[in-house]
Amino acid sequence: MGEDTDAPPTLNHRGFLPDHNYVTEADIISTVEFNHTGELLATGDKGGRVVIFQREPESKCEPFSQGEYNVYSTFQSHEPEFDYLKSLEIEEKINKIRWLPQQNAAHFLLSTNDKTIKLWKVSERDKRPEGYNLKDEEGRIKDLSTITSLQVPVLMPMDLMVEVSPRRVFANAHTYHVNSISVNSDYQTYMSADDLRINLWHLDITDRSFNIVDIKPANMEDLTEVITAAEFHPHHCNLFVYSSSKGTLRLCDMREAALCDKHSKLFEEPEDPSARSFFSEIISSVSDVKFSHSGRYLLTRDYLTAKVWDLNMESKPLETYQVHDYLRSKLCSLYENDCIFDKFECAWNGSDSVIMTGAYNNFFRMFDRNTKRDVTLEASRESSKPRAVLKPRRVCAAGGKRRKDDISVDSLDFTKKILHTAWHPTENIIAIAATNNLYIFQDKLNSELH
Amino acid sequence: MISTMECAADAQSLISISLMKIHNSRTQRGGIKLHKNLLVSYVLRNARQVYIKEKYAEIYRMQQYEEVMTVCNEIQELNPLDLDAEDAEDEEQAAAHARTSSAIFGCSPLDDGSKEPDPCYYRSCCMEPSPVPHCDQFTANNSSSSSSHCNKTTVLDLDTHVVTTVENGYLHQDCCCCDALQCGQGARSPARKRKVEFSCCVSDVEDVSDFTAARKRAKREDCCYSNIDYTDTSNISNLISIFGSGFSGLLSRQSDLEQICSKQVLASLGAWTRAIVAF
Repeated sequence: MGEDTDAPPTLNHRGFLPDHNYVTEADIISTVEFNHTGELLATGDKGGRVVIFQREPESKCEPFSQGEYNVYSTFQSHEPEFDYLKSLEIEEKINKIRWLPQQNAAHFLLSTNDKTIKLWKVSERDKRPEGYNLKDEEGRIKDLSTITSLQVPVLMPMDLMVEVSPRRVFANAHTYHVNSISVNSDYQTYMSADDLRINLWHLDITDRSFNIVDIKPANMEDLTEVITAAEFHPHHCNLFVYSSSKGTLRLCDMREAALCDKHSKLFEEPEDPSARSFFSEIISSVSDVKFSHSGRYLLTRDYLTAKVWDLNMESKPLETYQVHDYLRSKLCSLYENDCIFDKFECAWNGSDSVIMTGAYNNFFRMFDRNTKRDVTLEASRESSKPRAVLKPRRVCAAGGKRRKDDISVDSLDFTKKILHTAWHPTENIIAIAATNNLYIFQDKLNSELH
Repeated sequence: MISTMECAADAQSLISISLMKIHNSRTQRGGIKLHKNLLVSYVLRNARQVYIKEKYAEIYRMQQYEEVMTVCNEIQELNPLDLDAEDAEDEEQAAAHARTSSAIFGCSPLDDGSKEPDPCYYRSCCMEPSPVPHCDQFTANNSSSSSSHCNKTTVLDLDTHVVTTVENGYLHQDCCCCDALQCGQGARSPARKRKVEFSCCVSDVEDVSDFTAARKRAKREDCCYSNIDYTDTSNISNLISIFGSGFSGLLSRQSDLEQICSKQVLASLGAWTRAIVAF
């Protein structure tokens, strides 16, 4: 599946020093999310900042710049905090951003760090009132004696200004690190999940939340699993799913009970005893779970595979895709350098026919569920000139037959990892976060999803 | 069983790495990450299980061997030089055993003369003259040599630097592997000359108590090892013991076997006794 690429290949977050290899840790992108129309793209980074990109409307006069994403707004969402009671520093890293569906001219998004969720209002101002009676243009009070008549202030156009303001702060509800937030399809509630608990909030109420899942054991020594991700069903406001570090998925129905510790469905694939290793538990931990747009399927990612589950079949996944199975023999080294703990995200395309996930060496992979074809692509400066076609890449196993341009497993750069990816809700546009760089690729030939 | 094929690192290094990660996580920015530490503890548990099983298997083998050796020595004390013409063939086989086992264990058959063997540290086999349950299987190295050989073995313990000279008989290890009880009990009745097949040995129940005593002694010998000075791996074994009490939910699938021996094995984890059998 070929891809025509467009748009600037790199959008450096900071806007300067793009050629330096040194990466400030604060610039590392930690989350990427399109809004519901795909017009806006938000990224969060480890420094607690959020950058919003807006897609330029297609214009006939500049055909080549149609549909490019440019910076729309930047703001500091979270600051580092200190928990004095526990003597712990709370990182400002943005773990997740979720957009609310647009209901008026303004846009709303939720952003969260380890402890606190915030609701931000993003609004535009392109007019300002002029002609005040008591104040002059600079805002100074006029001398009353100079006022001879009354005038009605008039709204005059001004340069577009994007204002971002915090509307709600949802704090002090999580003892453990928040890993997911998900807006409900009722557009009134949302949930936040940490390692052991999931809380349900109303978007307008900040001083109260309801705990709907609690898997904390009475004795912490009996702890065997944690919650790794959670999401509401896209259409059924009573259903949500959460994944665990043991590789299981639990579908819960909020109508059944106030506390959804008991699942409605448990999705689990039995472990293959012959594949048991020291690291079996680590590689089976689910790092991301996403409902399909249709709501019929679930996409999960663990360390080596991506799996598609049918909500109607709990015993095993519908499809399993090997993302980078060549790493199976390298788990020991990956454990030593901590790469085995990397949490890769996954994404559906708009029609649920293709799934995408990231890998190492700035590679990301797409799997077409219908044709069973897959492709490995690279997000890097060298390989992505503007409007160049991305060349499929291949990783060959060590000692295997090597073609030209293949990369051997041993040459993979494990510091270049693509953990966060996002797919436009309706078009073939993808956003790839590679450390501190954001890549946006468009498929010009196949703009319409098929 | 955990396949360790894919991993170059052994269980012990994984344990060290895991403990290091847990230790480092305490000073990480943002507080302790519960998920990561839980996963690390799983690796730690897996490595510990493999390590304990390997250790147990080794100790079990040593135990079995020493039990039989003890019994053999006792037999020898009772009837060290009882030779019979009818046993000439047996002696040949016994000699063959001596050769085979000395090849395995590095003992060399020497002159006879059995002394009270040092209960600790013997590595060589003991030879049983006539009442030995002969293993007919081992006829590979038939040769004629004198009977009732006793091995003189010098053992150097690298940890305590103790040199022990042991003179005793031998028994082929495969006889150890078969029912030690039967072998031992078979040896209890020296007067009876028996040619016993490998797979079937006459068991004599009345001698259980002696055998048990021998077994107890063998166990005590094993415990001796745990008193040897620990190397720096003792820190790890201590941490394992401490850590073993935490996350007990992870240990719910421990086998009974492990539970019985784990305490003993944990104590001996740090004792890397490397005894070299020299002759």
